[in-house]
Amino acid sequence: MKAVETVPAPEVIEHPMESLLRMDRIPHIWCSTCGIGTALTSFAEALKRIDTPLEKVCVVSGIGCTGRVAGYVKLDSFHSTHGRAIPFATGLKLANPELKVVVFSGDGDIIGIGGNHFIHAARRNMDMVVICVNNFIYAMTGGQVAATTPLTANTSTSPYGNFEQPFNLPHLAASCGAVYVARWTALHVRRSAKSMAEALNKKGFSFIEIICPCSTLYARRNKLGDGLSLMKFYHDNSVIKHGADTRELDIEFQKKIIVGKFIDRERPTFLESYNNGLKQVLKDKFVPYGGAHAD
Amino acid sequence: MKADPKGVLTGNHYLDGDHACAEGAIAAGCRFLAGYPITPSTEVAERVAERFPRVGGIFIQMEDEMGSMAAVIGAAWGGVKSMTVTSGPGFSLMMENIGLAAMMEAPCVVINVQRGGPSTGLPTLPGQADMMQARWGSHGDYEIIALSPNSPQECFEVVIEAFNLSEKYRVPVLVMADECVGHMTEKVVIPKAEEIELYPRRYTKLPPNKYLPFKPGEDMVPEMIKAGDGYKIHVTGLTHDEKGYPVMSWEAQEKLVRRLVEKIRLNAEIVHVEEIDTEDAEVVVLSYGISSRVAIPAIKKARKEGIKAGQLRLVIVWPFPEEKVRELAKKINAFVVVEMNYGQMFYEVERCVAGDCKTILVPHGGGWVHDPEDIYKAIKEAVK
Repeated sequence: MKAVETVPAPEVIEHPMESLLRMDRIPHIWCSTCGIGTALTSFAEALKRIDTPLEKVCVVSGIGCTGRVAGYVKLDSFHSTHGRAIPFATGLKLANPELKVVVFSGDGDIIGIGGNHFIHAARRNMDMVVICVNNFIYAMTGGQVAATTPLTANTSTSPYGNFEQPFNLPHLAASCGAVYVARWTALHVRRSAKSMAEALNKKGFSFIEIICPCSTLYARRNKLGDGLSLMKFYHDNSVIKHGADTRELDIEFQKKIIVGKFIDRERPTFLESYNNGLKQVLKDKFVPYGGAHAD
Repeated sequence: MKADPKGVLTGNHYLDGDHACAEGAIAAGCRFLAGYPITPSTEVAERVAERFPRVGGIFIQMEDEMGSMAAVIGAAWGGVKSMTVTSGPGFSLMMENIGLAAMMEAPCVVINVQRGGPSTGLPTLPGQADMMQARWGSHGDYEIIALSPNSPQECFEVVIEAFNLSEKYRVPVLVMADECVGHMTEKVVIPKAEEIELYPRRYTKLPPNKYLPFKPGEDMVPEMIKAGDGYKIHVTGLTHDEKGYPVMSWEAQEKLVRRLVEKIRLNAEIVHVEEIDTEDAEVVVLSYGISSRVAIPAIKKARKEGIKAGQLRLVIVWPFPEEKVRELAKKINAFVVVEMNYGQMFYEVERCVAGDCKTILVPHGGGWVHDPEDIYKAIKEAVK
């Protein structure tokens, strides 16, 4: 009798992001065609290109759809309270300055409720990368108007259209002192990954805005089609303009979106200024903070 | 472990309570303070801002109290002993993140130098009306530990005790001082570093593949790591399992919240009270903070007049010393509760006494301390 030919086991190919994600938490909670996953993919890609070892990279999120990012990255990750990701990250960074701290959260979280922390962290040049996914709406709670909702756009709490002027996020970040400011859409996966890697390899307060489709709420309420139509819209209406004057980056309802890297400059970080300033004044009486490994 | 001599100003000092709190924190090994200025607590932050650069600490003045408390929790997970300091309005703003600290089991200390409230109230004058807020202020069920010092010397000691309790039980610990104690200047004796016992952070010895960040030990407290150690953990304010992963179910809620409550509530050793002349007492004055000192002349006067009066002073106010109060209630005629509010700890006393003796409240709206005469009258009333 002929022996049964053993079929070789199929080669198991690891998903390229598997080492960076908590696969035991997949499937994620995001809707299909949501852009947050795309932004996270760009971030995972960026992590492969940075100098810092991954055990020293931390992600802090706040609350909301993007606030769930901290729960999916295989890094030390903290899911804090609504609006407080930046101050939480501030404590984490100052306690252990060798960490590379990333705040990954949404527009409602970072700019709406957390705007005060955002402007102060930028002013101080607190050493962190802030990735803000902007979907123009409070999505987790069902599509309410946000500080980023374009004029006239319909939301569940602006049922006749939004009549409040939205923030121009890159301009806000730049005016407050951010050393790196970029904006991309969820369509620009390679460019946003490059920006994230650049920001991660840079010292100081970096800010990256990712314009992101929310087809479940924003697109549906505003009759903008499905996820694919939104990506097509980004394709047809994004204008890459590196170094653009940040005053000209307002986003109007369904108009051109200017993307690119707008700011890339050097400024002493909070800790550099703190340590240098105290050293000059206190001389040998100054005992610099030794980090978490001091004792 | 013993205190680091670098941070201990051994010797005799003449300090106010706020400054003594700062020295207590530094002696306890605190090296991170994030705070926002507010009367009457600012002197704590001011002294820390001056002292930290000389002892290897970091002080940051945040943009508000929400940010301060969030930074304190971040710093705790970053591996440093951390604290903040505030008063009523700021304490209100910290509440959400105090809940986060309880949920993330982040060891940290919050000092509240209480002033008169509600709202802006009496910024420069004393109050003791945040006692229930300390216990219940953040939403949801959780437990904290709170202490109340009654002198600058005790400010120094109680802040060290607060740090030790926060490390041992991995819980935010609140130091509920008041404006009188905070601004009262007295002799403070700071001992030698080797005489100060500190409870070290409960770092795990398990390797990353064996470690679960929220798996409790026998005393219901999990072991900790710090960010950057290579454990790649997830920590969330959502209801979570032992792995730290969010789980939206009543079973996970029951398991987690019950443990957060019971690790404090079932721990009979978290008691710190001082008893004066309670052995033969028929009336016991129960108070804490400055009110406990104002009660002394009234108690002395009553004793002089043949009334067997004594004092039960709470140093740890939360968890409430239920057993002690129950035990005394069976032996005495009455508890006279003296506090600078219209009845907060008083209702805890009533609850524990459960009719075994009389309970009399001597209330005060804050702004100044009680007149000892009012306390004396209540003691006399108690023995009628």
